[in-house]
Amino acid sequence: MREVAIIAYAQTPLVRDCGAKNDVELVMEVVNAVKHQVGFTNQDLDFFCSGSCDYLGGSAFAFVNALDALGAVPPINESHVEMDAAWALYEAWLKIQTGHANTALVYGFGKCSQGDLPDVLTLQLDPYYTQPLWPDSISLAALQARALLDAGKITEEDMARVVQKSRRNAKSKPGTQLKGDYTIEQLLAEPKLVSPLRKHDCPPVTDGASAVILATREVAEKFHKRNAYITGIDHRIEAHQLGSRNLIDSMSTRIAGEAAGVAKGKVDIAELHTPFSYQELLVKQALGLGDDTVINASGGPLAGNIMMSAGLSNFGEVAMRIIKGEANRGVAHATSGPCLQQNLVAVLEGK
Amino acid sequence: MSEQAKKVELIECPIVLNYNFSAGRAPTQFLRGMKQGKLIGQRSPLTGKVIAPPRGACPESGLPTTEEVPLPDTATVITFTIVHLPIPTSALEPPFIVANLVLDGSDQTFIHLVSGCANEDVKIGMRVKAKWKDQSEWDYSMDNIAYFEPTGEPPVDIEALKASRLEEAKRFLKAKAETK
Repeated sequence: MREVAIIAYAQTPLVRDCGAKNDVELVMEVVNAVKHQVGFTNQDLDFFCSGSCDYLGGSAFAFVNALDALGAVPPINESHVEMDAAWALYEAWLKIQTGHANTALVYGFGKCSQGDLPDVLTLQLDPYYTQPLWPDSISLAALQARALLDAGKITEEDMARVVQKSRRNAKSKPGTQLKGDYTIEQLLAEPKLVSPLRKHDCPPVTDGASAVILATREVAEKFHKRNAYITGIDHRIEAHQLGSRNLIDSMSTRIAGEAAGVAKGKVDIAELHTPFSYQELLVKQALGLGDDTVINASGGPLAGNIMMSAGLSNFGEVAMRIIKGEANRGVAHATSGPCLQQNLVAVLEGK
Repeated sequence: MSEQAKKVELIECPIVLNYNFSAGRAPTQFLRGMKQGKLIGQRSPLTGKVIAPPRGACPESGLPTTEEVPLPDTATVITFTIVHLPIPTSALEPPFIVANLVLDGSDQTFIHLVSGCANEDVKIGMRVKAKWKDQSEWDYSMDNIAYFEPTGEPPVDIEALKASRLEEAKRFLKAKAETK
């Protein structure tokens, strides 16, 4: 296995509406920022891979237009996934493993403010039996939360604690969307949005983009004395039909976590892509993380959730903390689909 | 055929999603110009080339373009095709000409219609000028130009045009370096 490190990371500020900026202008900001961090030009990058979804902005082939932000003259080696860019990172990681690249730039972007996001996400459902009923993403999450509460796996107070911690942690990261100090009583006094979820149990709608640069050990060692290496990575998907799934468990997360080797050592930090408060509890349990692991120090998706880039951002957040020496070993997680249908888990270690 | 044997061949699942589309900073500037009957390109800070219509980035370097360059509404046909199929959303009667044009003073082509002459007379290198719609119809749209029509000037050699544009970009970069 080739050792692959994350050597650069950038994220736009997490905002409800980035105004007049288009996809190209969003992507340009982070792509140029990561190149600048390590002094790379396109000649230093063997592969580019992105994650986005054209339904978010409502414009066809937005990901092709976004190539303007890369400077694809002379032509570059590029690929795209219609998923969170964490899966684009997986593709880039594979490309490096196969020896076809030593470096790769991975980016994701989402201008979610242009449409009605919970409704737009309905289009990822099965088109025959489920999508025509228009269950939106919040309602589906509410079904899962209700099942967990009913099974006695979590309480509403547990969910409020996740929100409280997210808002508090988000204060120490610049550019987060939702932050502040709240008491559990304050949070529980809020009205329900879609029962049992309150508004703060749901992710905000966020515009933005993020990017990372991957490199082999030989390249990485030129930039940082200490690097954050991906020592394990795996992703699993559950059945598309919600009725076929056990919603009070996250089997795909558990299997991916085992394959990535999460339990092989102490996990100092974990950035979990859990857009709904209850999901952090479920994923934490599926990964077997204890209370000695600091979860979502960045505030996580409840503090700002750029669709198609939030999972990738988790890799950047964990890597930067490892590079700075704040942690030795961390977990980055990404999810996709309704109710945690698909999950990607990676272990990053400082060396 | 019995009800049981009938195949379900069609179900209707209407999808309606509304979007608040934003063109982006650079396209917004360009479309504001179009509303006033002006064509405004943007110059790449790296290559000195002028991009029209702009998308916000220099596609060669990925750097933001900010310097605006007013452009005339005259252009050269770089290549073209005669379309014999109707466009579902257009009232155009086939056959009509879709051309790849480059505005004078610009380095990037764009697609528009060429008309105002017999289709057979359109040639690569032909000089054309915008035929604007009536000002009362102008919106934030490329559509304000109904089509491009021949100017009657002699045709241009495309390779010579490309070479002169590259020289122009080099001159611009040299002048920029000198002022620094």
